[in-house]
Amino acid sequence: MDSAVDGPRQPPARAGSRLCTRCGERKAALKRPKTLEQICRECFYVVFEDEIHQTIVDNNLFKPGDRVAIGASGGKDSTVLAYVLSELNRRHKYCLDLFLLSVDEGITGYRDDSLETVKRNEIQYGLPLKIVSYKDLYGWTMDDIVKAIGLKNNCTFCGVFRRQALDRGAALLKVDKIVTGHNADDIAETVLLNILRGDIARLSRCTFITTGEDGPIPRCKPFKYTYEKEIVMYAYFKKLDYFSTECIYSPNAYRGFAREFIKDLERMRPRAILDIIKSGENFRISTTTRMPEQGTCERCGYISSQKLCKACVLLDGLNRGLPKLGIGRTKGIAGGDGDCEQQATRSERNRSSLQGKHGNFDF
Amino acid sequence: MAAAAASSCGGAGCGPHCSSSASAAAVEDAAAAAAEKVGRLSLSRECGKCGGGAAAVAVAGGLGLCGECFRANLLGKFKLAVTSNAMVRPTDSVLLAFSGGPASRVALQFIHEMRCKAIESWDVSNSQALPVFGVGVAFVDESVLCSKPRDEIEMAIEDIRSIVSSLSTGVKAMHIARLEDVFSTESEDGERRLREAVDMIGDDTGREDFLRCLRMLSLQKIAMENGYAKIMLGSCASAIACHVLSATVKGQGYSLPADVQYVDTRWEIPVVLPLRDCLAQELTLLCELDSLKTQQHLDRPSNGINSLVASFIKRLREENPSREHTIVRTAQKLKPFSFNKFSADGYHDFLPSRLRPKFQKFDSDESTFSEILCLMCGSPFSESELQNLESTKHKAQKKIDLYTAHCCQSCYFQILPAGENLNEHFFSLLPKLWTGKMDTISDSHSLLRDQIEEYLLEENDDGN
Repeated sequence: MDSAVDGPRQPPARAGSRLCTRCGERKAALKRPKTLEQICRECFYVVFEDEIHQTIVDNNLFKPGDRVAIGASGGKDSTVLAYVLSELNRRHKYCLDLFLLSVDEGITGYRDDSLETVKRNEIQYGLPLKIVSYKDLYGWTMDDIVKAIGLKNNCTFCGVFRRQALDRGAALLKVDKIVTGHNADDIAETVLLNILRGDIARLSRCTFITTGEDGPIPRCKPFKYTYEKEIVMYAYFKKLDYFSTECIYSPNAYRGFAREFIKDLERMRPRAILDIIKSGENFRISTTTRMPEQGTCERCGYISSQKLCKACVLLDGLNRGLPKLGIGRTKGIAGGDGDCEQQATRSERNRSSLQGKHGNFDF
Repeated sequence: MAAAAASSCGGAGCGPHCSSSASAAAVEDAAAAAAEKVGRLSLSRECGKCGGGAAAVAVAGGLGLCGECFRANLLGKFKLAVTSNAMVRPTDSVLLAFSGGPASRVALQFIHEMRCKAIESWDVSNSQALPVFGVGVAFVDESVLCSKPRDEIEMAIEDIRSIVSSLSTGVKAMHIARLEDVFSTESEDGERRLREAVDMIGDDTGREDFLRCLRMLSLQKIAMENGYAKIMLGSCASAIACHVLSATVKGQGYSLPADVQYVDTRWEIPVVLPLRDCLAQELTLLCELDSLKTQQHLDRPSNGINSLVASFIKRLREENPSREHTIVRTAQKLKPFSFNKFSADGYHDFLPSRLRPKFQKFDSDESTFSEILCLMCGSPFSESELQNLESTKHKAQKKIDLYTAHCCQSCYFQILPAGENLNEHFFSLLPKLWTGKMDTISDSHSLLRDQIEEYLLEENDDGN
């Protein structure tokens, strides 16, 4: 998909021109982040919604009668997703049964407030809401986990637990699909991170619009080609109710190097985000590279390429009072204390710059 | 970090590489200063390889090496790349692209040393069995676009000449070609066309990439006109890492693997990258340790995506020195193209017998080169670009349409001017070496159409 208008090829804007370049009738109210066109509010709604609709249709994301759970955090992405999907479902008669599915990580002062937002969305959009919590599933809240291990690495626990919690909630709702609000910026960032980390397995699948088709419940990303700035803009103009505070345990989550780099790129050349995604789609992985095989966890039955899934490994560590178990690869005790300290310092520094938003992406 | 005084030569602890305390101290001081200059400290005082002397360098992986072992490490990587990829055969003439920078300076030094060693072996064996490969050096003079004073440029180019001529057993030839020569053999006409073409490109990154394409074209031209069989570039792991990210950002994920392999035979004259496994920092340090003279006054300031990527990688490198290698290794796992190896019949006949089986296997798997390449940058076309090209061929009314369809999406977006008239003028300026290929294809296409025209029904234009 290449819907971006070529930036440098635009004719110079006429001085004083304030009409929408699409309809030519109404006043231009915004410069579209994706294409830099000056358009009115109504045309922005149309192009924004139509592009998402086109993505859904082109990729056959749904079929009539599907029960679909919308991963709802209360943040802008999932709120806009819930709103737009409801609109498109009604307008284009997808015939979907839509649900809101939220995960309560148990972060006092953050998640409880954001869930209040989702509860309001449930009423505003008329979508049934299901909440699953870490406490119920794992016996631990994030507050408890942070007390046990400190702020370092807590995002790893949260990312692993949230992913599984979403699947378990979806199973309880007996839905056919899960949709998440991952947007174009998120996916472009993930492509870059996987190149920087040398993660070829993830690089080969991080641009898939649907993942987990061989698993219990597939996940779809209808916002795959939708820019984050446009999502914010749409929410602003539609006056959508969303929660925008950052996670209190990961205050620097948005300031990773890769994220910053992508914002700089976007400023310089808006279509770079779509270009990164296109590159990710076009990478051909050499067949000699071994891909990890999928199996199931012998303890909880979740998908895993190991005997125990990641969540069970982390949970086991927590329950045994050894929370660092399962974090990174522990080397042998060979070498002096100095070496251990240096390695620990180096690995710690390695992780910090390449953390994505809210810890690791696990598409 | 203060350099420790070298121990006395007479001491029992002296390493095998210690020739004299004075020179050892000098080397240590130079090494220490150099290490500090690149902002890195030695991790240990002992060389991790030979155990002697003060460690000068912390290479990726934390191993400390003394100056000599560090040098041997880099030379070893170079030689391994050359031999295990059959980059240079005894009958070859190699054209080394020299920009004056540290990487190509090291490549120049190393290929020169390999050649000297080969000559010695040949002399000693006193046989007429195998000749020794030849080496020429090329410098592409882009001063016509440089805003610096003319005399400063002249001095810089003179430095380039003296660096090359200072090598003992002089190279076959030094070729200095002006970039505008690819446009026209007439100096003023070439200069005018180059300036005009560059000025028509509105995107900073597009201009940079356009010049990069012209540079390769210039090297190809020098090599073809002077009988060279190979072009050797000094592209190192750091430059390749930048290219990997830049190409990804420009949507060139499909063609990216073509540019990061040791061997690239899609061009008329194959291109090889023997320094692909060495980091820029290491090469810069080696130039300082060995007092290899470089000349970087001709470097042009850069703003655009390429420089944004470079500063991003620089920042990552400061945090983790291995990051560049990781990026290159990731790209290595992408599928290369059929032209990323030598596959001509009999190419590997000169190889030592123990290496031949490795290449025999490849030869038998040989697949014909079927990629369509971008007219300007030479990138293989992806599926969507091929589809666009096919549909354009069927309905092309003008030559300009074929030209445009033979550009990859990245070049189309960031290099080609907007508007049909401007586009037509831009293509009229381009080097014949590029557009001439299109003219040939275009002529044969219309010839075929003429032959069958009487049988053609009127095409219904249902746009799909």
